[in-house]
Amino acid sequence: MAKNTRRVLPGFRLTLGYTLLYLSLIVLIPLAGVFVKTSTLSWEQFWHVITAPRALASYRLSFGASFLAAFVNVFIGILVAWVLVRYEFFGKKIVDALVDMPFALPTAVAGITLTALYAPHGWIGQLLAPLGVKVAFTQLGVFIALTFIGLPFIVRTVQPVLEDFDPELEEAAASLGANRWQTFWRVILPMLYPALLTGFSLAFARALGEYGSVIFIAGNMPMKTEITPLLIVTKLEQFDYAGATALAVVMLVGSFVILLTVNLLQWRSSRHLAQFAQA
Amino acid sequence: MGDTTTFFRAPRREPHRRATAESPWVRRLLIGGALCFLGIFLVVPLVSVFAEALKKGLGFYCHTFNDPLTLSAIKLTFIAAGISVPLNCVFGVAAAWAIAKFDFRGKSILITLIDLPFCVSPVIAGLIYVLLFGAPGPFWTWLSDHNVKIIFAVPGIVLATTFVTFPFVARELIPLMQAQGRTEEEAARVLGASGWQTFWRVTLPNIKWGLLYGVILCNARAMGEFGAVSVVSGHIRGQTNTIPLHIEILYNDYNTTGAFAVATLLAFLGLVTLVLKTWIERKKIAALRATETRVAA
Repeated sequence: MAKNTRRVLPGFRLTLGYTLLYLSLIVLIPLAGVFVKTSTLSWEQFWHVITAPRALASYRLSFGASFLAAFVNVFIGILVAWVLVRYEFFGKKIVDALVDMPFALPTAVAGITLTALYAPHGWIGQLLAPLGVKVAFTQLGVFIALTFIGLPFIVRTVQPVLEDFDPELEEAAASLGANRWQTFWRVILPMLYPALLTGFSLAFARALGEYGSVIFIAGNMPMKTEITPLLIVTKLEQFDYAGATALAVVMLVGSFVILLTVNLLQWRSSRHLAQFAQA
Repeated sequence: MGDTTTFFRAPRREPHRRATAESPWVRRLLIGGALCFLGIFLVVPLVSVFAEALKKGLGFYCHTFNDPLTLSAIKLTFIAAGISVPLNCVFGVAAAWAIAKFDFRGKSILITLIDLPFCVSPVIAGLIYVLLFGAPGPFWTWLSDHNVKIIFAVPGIVLATTFVTFPFVARELIPLMQAQGRTEEEAARVLGASGWQTFWRVTLPNIKWGLLYGVILCNARAMGEFGAVSVVSGHIRGQTNTIPLHIEILYNDYNTTGAFAVATLLAFLGLVTLVLKTWIERKKIAALRATETRVAA
């Protein structure tokens, strides 16, 4: 085969070899270590660790708050992307750049800042306190932090789709008598589904593993406001390596399953859209 | 033909809004809603970092940076980013070259594997190195016999930082180099350039903006990483504390103002990153258009 398709460009073996070596050393071998380490536990021990009440409570919070935050971000993301693509207003370019702030602001800084803002005496917390709403050191605080870090994902996946949106589709809808709301709901939104799914899954996966921005605002009370990554760290600090690893496996498998499901859904919906485009 | 189209063209300023535009009130409402939300969610936190940092005056702010512990944290952050960013940069270029310029089986699996660190929790990123090099790990006896410290020491911090910033440069360059194709490099080779000459004179100028973009994002994450570094660092003050870890320590010591003072460094880094990112995005689009026209010609 090498003789027939002689490559004009050099460096294939060198670059691919280096890529595989570096990938294995930094990512694959260390990650495999997690599964090797878990195998030192018997099945009963493993099951005992991952179904302990404290662990179950942490999954509920981690998966629940991450899901809710990503879900809320879908609506915020559509609104922000829509406004940025469709309308002109003063300072639009700055706003557009600011959307990436949660990516650029280190998580520890986001964590202490959100805590200071939403604490009972903070700028926002003191407005909410008379209403009886407590954010800092409650599950609501976890949700706020996860919404903050997930915000850019949906905006950045929806934005290019809206930019490339064929105006003829909207014109056709209008000429067939649809009002703007109907056009948005029945024509534009269905075209955004694949992008929304991608953005949702990215935000969800990121929120699931998030540590820095959550631990400050959460208050970290076992059974109540303790996220799974924190429980892993707690176990590590007690030198319970096997326990920490077992929880890590649950999280890894959880996020892989979610990403796989969403990829499958997305593949189906894009196939659906392709059929629609052909018809 | 030209006359008829001019004849039928609608006048520029229509008395009625177009059927595919929203009424001005809906538009104002949507813009207002989005700006209000972004203001509360993004701008207020950013402003509050600086406000909290200057709460006790400029003197206290400067005092925080005179602390040798703060300075050693800054130094360690620069060391960690200074090693991991170039490593991932070389990897990114190599991976993009292999993936974009050649065809081989398993390419899409390789691309997925490169993205893997993004869907792994930072805490797990730290954990895997503790398992590998820490007390119970397979290398522990050898490492302690030879007096090499990785976990709770600088090498562990560098490794964890490298892991979490692993995909940044590669995932930026792979689509870019795939879009550019290999015709220009092939032409250079046919004209007698060596492999290195082709890379330095043809490929690198074509990818420089994408590369810079990846490096900037990679660096921002490397300097700001908290979770992964926190797990492997051991929190030894003055020795294994990076800027984000130092912020946590100050905060837990009830020195909130000090924590925010150090946090302004990272907030500033974030702002610089945003500005550079926006600027490079424009350059990148311009460069890509130039390549496209060149290839088309």
